[in-house]
Amino acid sequence: MKSDSPTRVGKGKVVTAVFLKDIQIELRSRVVTNQVLPFAGLVMVMFAFALDNDDVLQRVAGGLVWLATLFSLFIIVQRSFAIDTADGALDSLRVAGIDLSAVFFGKAIALATKLIALEIVLICSAVLLYRVDVSATGLVLLVTCVLCATSGLAFVGTLYGGLTAGAKGRETLLPLLLLPVVAPVLIAATRATEAAFGSGGAQTSEGWAWIGLLAVFAAVFGVGGSLAFGSLIDE
Amino acid sequence: MIVSFSDVVVVYDNFPALAGASFEVSSGEIVLLQGPNGAGKTTLLRACAGLLPIARGSANVLSCDLTSDRHSVRRKVGLLSHANGLFQDLTVEENMSFWSRLIGASNQDVKTAMHIMGLSDRLSTTRVANLSAGQKRRCALATLIVRRAQLWLLDEPHAGLDTQGRDELDKTLRAAREAGATVMFASHEIDRAQNLATRSLTVVGGLVTES
Repeated sequence: MKSDSPTRVGKGKVVTAVFLKDIQIELRSRVVTNQVLPFAGLVMVMFAFALDNDDVLQRVAGGLVWLATLFSLFIIVQRSFAIDTADGALDSLRVAGIDLSAVFFGKAIALATKLIALEIVLICSAVLLYRVDVSATGLVLLVTCVLCATSGLAFVGTLYGGLTAGAKGRETLLPLLLLPVVAPVLIAATRATEAAFGSGGAQTSEGWAWIGLLAVFAAVFGVGGSLAFGSLIDE
Repeated sequence: MIVSFSDVVVVYDNFPALAGASFEVSSGEIVLLQGPNGAGKTTLLRACAGLLPIARGSANVLSCDLTSDRHSVRRKVGLLSHANGLFQDLTVEENMSFWSRLIGASNQDVKTAMHIMGLSDRLSTTRVANLSAGQKRRCALATLIVRRAQLWLLDEPHAGLDTQGRDELDKTLRAAREAGATVMFASHEIDRAQNLATRSLTVVGGLVTES
């Protein structure tokens, strides 16, 4: 048994290890597939019951998809950090002396992966339940929108998840802190999705300006989150 | 000196959990921290690991000045706190693999650590959630062995272990010392702990005295 300082591991390897760990835990526990997906699906069905009008549903389908995504985001983020705090693993990560920004990116990529799976189901639900149509050009816009919006949500969700991980009442604190911050994503993603769906006669080309906003949001929280995450976890 | 604290104050939740602690630990020692609940033993160990800010005084661990930089020391120490730091939905092997990847340990190191802690058989493929408290503790200790830390900081390491597990732990700590590591551990099992330790410190009211 030797006692010496371990070799410093590259940032990429830490990102990969944290990402694979989070995905492996999800595949094992199936919280997203067995609980979050049915929840999000139910929200979509309840919206359909509440609005009960095909024209209205087609017009607001984009907003409903992203609202259901936001509601599910809170559950996924809390779960993502609950697995790290349940038995003190977050402390062990701190003591491991690794670059905590790599942990941020690893967790954010894992969160984005789960969100994309969720959004695919939600968009398919909108097509089936609300009877929206997506053209070929609309599909390109929609895919770009999903990628940009998901990146932003994953970065901001990981940052705020880390911030509230050790806080008392984190279950209620997280939505309270996160909702105002993700409002720009909700607005931009909804407008872009409406353009992709052609809701209310919107043109596909109208959606690209909103993609720009989503990309800026993702970039700001990606860079800001990687810089702030370590300090937030430490405090 | 491996650890040198002088008049150290650590404030935790507006309470001075360490209130002017001064002590030194030399290389190769196994130091027992004893004292009543709430005396500051856990805070002392966490401060040594660089997890808590030093509010006053000077603290030096493994040549790292904790008052100016408490992050550099973390790669050199191994901390076992009350929690085990394990992922409940992963198996023992997967947990070991994750932590070894983070610190760049080899597969051989992992196998050796699992063998030492008696986790090589069917337990290796058992989910941590399905292990007993003692088995979880053994798994946590195995992750610590893989880290090859220069300073081992253990908070109640014997808790939850059966007699055989306790014997193995004592053997492991002595082996770590022979390999050049220094050990500080808190324990309420005074008889066993005093047999293991080369020196004892008493922590009371956030102050440290020689026993």
